[in-house]
Amino acid sequence: MRTLAAVQRWLFRLGPDEDLPIVLTQRRIFILPTRGGVLYASVLAVMLIGAINYNLSLGHALVFLLAGLGLVAMVETFHNLFGLRLHPGRPEAVFAGDLARFPLQIENARRQGRRALEFSFEHQPAVTVDVPAEGQAVVAVPCAAQRRGRLDPGRVTLASRYPLGLFRAWSYPQPVFSCVVYPRPMRTPLPPLSSARHADNRHGDGGQEDFAGLRPRQASDPTRHVAWKAVARRSDEQPLLVKQFAGGAAEELWLDWSLTPADRGLEDRLSILAGWIVAAEELQVRYGLSLPGRRLAPAQGPKHRADCLHVLALYRDNDP
Amino acid sequence: MSSRPVVALEHGAVPWLLAVALATAGPHAGHLPPWLSLLVVSALLWRAWLWQQHRRLPSRWSLALLVAGSIAGIGWQFQALIGKEVGVALLVVFMALKPLEMNSRRDAMVVIMLGYFLLLTHYFYSQSIPTGLWLLAAIALLTGTLIRLHGGQQPVATIGRQAGRLLLQALPFMLILYLLFPRVAGPLWGLPQDAYGARSGLSEQMSPGSISSLIQSGAIAMRIRFAGELPEKSDLYWRGPVFDHYDGLTWRAPAAPASLPRRAPVIEASGRSYAYTSIIEAHDQRWLLALDVPTKLPPESTLAPTLEALSREPLRVRGRFSFVSAVDFRANIIEAPATLQGALALPPQINPRSRALAGEWRHLPAEKIVAAALAMFRQERFYYTLRPPLLGADAMDEFLFTTRRGFCEHYASAFVFLMRAADVPARVVAGYQGGEVNPVDGYLTVRQSDAHAWAEVWLAGQGWLRVDPTAAVAPSRIEQGIAAALPEDEPLPIVVRLDADWLLQLRNRWEAANNTWNQWVLGYNPQRQREVLSRLGLANSDWQNMTASLAILCAAVLLAITLWTLRRRRAADPVQRVWQEYCAQIGQRGIKRAEWEGPLDFSRRVARERPDLAELTRQAASLYADLHYGRGGGEQALRRLKQCVRQLPPRRR
Repeated sequence: MRTLAAVQRWLFRLGPDEDLPIVLTQRRIFILPTRGGVLYASVLAVMLIGAINYNLSLGHALVFLLAGLGLVAMVETFHNLFGLRLHPGRPEAVFAGDLARFPLQIENARRQGRRALEFSFEHQPAVTVDVPAEGQAVVAVPCAAQRRGRLDPGRVTLASRYPLGLFRAWSYPQPVFSCVVYPRPMRTPLPPLSSARHADNRHGDGGQEDFAGLRPRQASDPTRHVAWKAVARRSDEQPLLVKQFAGGAAEELWLDWSLTPADRGLEDRLSILAGWIVAAEELQVRYGLSLPGRRLAPAQGPKHRADCLHVLALYRDNDP
Repeated sequence: MSSRPVVALEHGAVPWLLAVALATAGPHAGHLPPWLSLLVVSALLWRAWLWQQHRRLPSRWSLALLVAGSIAGIGWQFQALIGKEVGVALLVVFMALKPLEMNSRRDAMVVIMLGYFLLLTHYFYSQSIPTGLWLLAAIALLTGTLIRLHGGQQPVATIGRQAGRLLLQALPFMLILYLLFPRVAGPLWGLPQDAYGARSGLSEQMSPGSISSLIQSGAIAMRIRFAGELPEKSDLYWRGPVFDHYDGLTWRAPAAPASLPRRAPVIEASGRSYAYTSIIEAHDQRWLLALDVPTKLPPESTLAPTLEALSREPLRVRGRFSFVSAVDFRANIIEAPATLQGALALPPQINPRSRALAGEWRHLPAEKIVAAALAMFRQERFYYTLRPPLLGADAMDEFLFTTRRGFCEHYASAFVFLMRAADVPARVVAGYQGGEVNPVDGYLTVRQSDAHAWAEVWLAGQGWLRVDPTAAVAPSRIEQGIAAALPEDEPLPIVVRLDADWLLQLRNRWEAANNTWNQWVLGYNPQRQREVLSRLGLANSDWQNMTASLAILCAAVLLAITLWTLRRRRAADPVQRVWQEYCAQIGQRGIKRAEWEGPLDFSRRVARERPDLAELTRQAASLYADLHYGRGGGEQALRRLKQCVRQLPPRRR
């Protein structure tokens, strides 16, 4: 099995494509007859025998024309993929259980359109797209996001049977794709607002209202809080500094790890937190997130929501 | 690949497949029983209705029932389930019913493959130029259907263009394969009984009306090209079967030729000889219709004791034969007594008046008897007509003394009857007489309407001599052809009696084109292939050489097509090109865009310096920014960007 994989890697040049754009050259396109193509060839063979046996000159001509058509179809199918340039885009984060969509911009420099290009990840549904002549198209290649974390969908299979379906040409571009998958939100009642009191005691070190000094930046801090002027004065080795603010509104909600039922597993508890974040955002209240070892100050808005879910998505991702 | 999910058939592809079914099965209606054609039409209409109404297809078992019923019907109709006609009928039924269970793209592929098979079966019936053209159109339709199946919804014109492009690229392969693919002289196995249809032509016997019915056909019997000059028209006797035996109604060839002494004929040819090549249409008989009398025969043929050239096998397909003939000759001056005896035999008792007339001549020398009979035909009131009255038991008496209206077969048989009754050995010869040179390609065209019958008598010291009693009655038949010899109201085929000059020219052109087609396309057999290849410089072309050159040429064409289509066009991004043109235009109006300047910055600077161009530039810049960096906008945005370039006001001088 390992040898097979090695052979495949060598034969199909598998491996991540670091250089952009990804250009489909001869060496990257493979082609084989389809089942229809094999059927076509056998039909032609039978027809040739018939033409010889019954001495049908036009029958010979018909078979020969169709044979030529088959050869031309092979070139055309190959041609349909050849020279395409692929620019991978940045996928949007999704919840586990949803379809992640990985955008690819396809550029066609030729004066002929490309038709019926099928894109798919392994064991995933395919999408079909046409690219106009000297034009571009964007395709979102779907991949089911099963679990939270970073989703690496692996290589893309780009295949085409156009024009006659007698051959299938394919290529395995492998753009460096990564999609953040949030935990699947589990809808449970929000923690009581009284928990905001509980958070009030501590909110002084995380608020955003009044400037209260600088502290080293954590990964979860929004970049707009980075004190760029202060950073510019310091040398590169030291971590970035962020501005700290004091004060804040009274109506705050702390979504705290300790409020989730302790008897559930890690994933379930993260799902409950994710459900709370979604619900809180819908209610348009300010909310903070507190996990063992991570805290996000209360805020509100799509950016904050994404930040919080992002933290949940990658929480203890390295742990087994 | 086996786990690949079944791809459903697109709704929009169905009309294409129905068109394929109609185009490939439809033309068979002419040779299928009517109920089958009706079944095909109603099945296709049903499918079209289901398609139009978005209805589900009928269940499997009802279709199975329909298929079984149709097969049973075919078996009953043809009394067989094997054979060419039955095979065609079955294919047509499958083609009509398969669309009714066509759900997936794979089913559609099966329909296409059936279509290819059906296209081939049409050539059982016709391989003419129109059929060839129709072949191209049908293949274009099938190819377009494949494109529709695998390329999704597209305008018909786009599909047509693409199919045409593919076929054009496939054409060189067809030509190479046609020329070089090693031809095998068919058949690979025994052909079914019905492999060849009925052919028209002379038959093995002659009864009143058999030749005059042949004359109704304007079909071409053969085409001849002479190496040099043509013989006189009155010498153009193309010899077919020779009839020796008469039963009072029908003339037949000797029933058992083997019982006669099989001696090679002795021919003394004098005068000039003519070399020529005949292309003879298939007539399912062995005679080769050589010009009387051949002195050099093509290979695999013999000269019968009765002087007709015979091929080894019946002519099932059109063939090409080269002869040398002499028109002045003496044949079999010494003839076998048994043959002469046979040439005097008559059925007893019938035609007493004819016998009595011949009895009066019996004391004369043989030459005088011949002259007396011809003089009678010339001087009495005999009519040459295609519509003779019916004759009774004493046919010769009625014809010679009562009706006196007849055709060449009447004259030839009456003459031979008289000769035999007068003890002069005589026989009837059938064949063709005359022909017409087609000025377009120089071939002498002999039609079924040139069919003729004449007589031969054997005179001591002179051998067999041709005597044509028709020439005595209607000399113009021999000198000018059948159309000149018959009055206007006689039922002659229209192609023989074209009056308008342009029609005649059109006919000649069409027949010359057909001749070329027959020889180069249809007649391209192993022998012809060797000839062509040696002319092309491939002298010893065995199949290894042919296969090698075939492979090399095909590879070369494939390479050429690949290179041609893969040729990189270094066309810049069209968006970039249009934007650069716009900036260049603005530059000519005094504001040069710097390399580092982004589109929006540039448009703001233009707005400051040239407020009159502000709006247009802002529009162009935002279009460009969207197209190049942002969410695109496709063709329409690009078109609008191009419009911006065009809308720039002319430069102030």
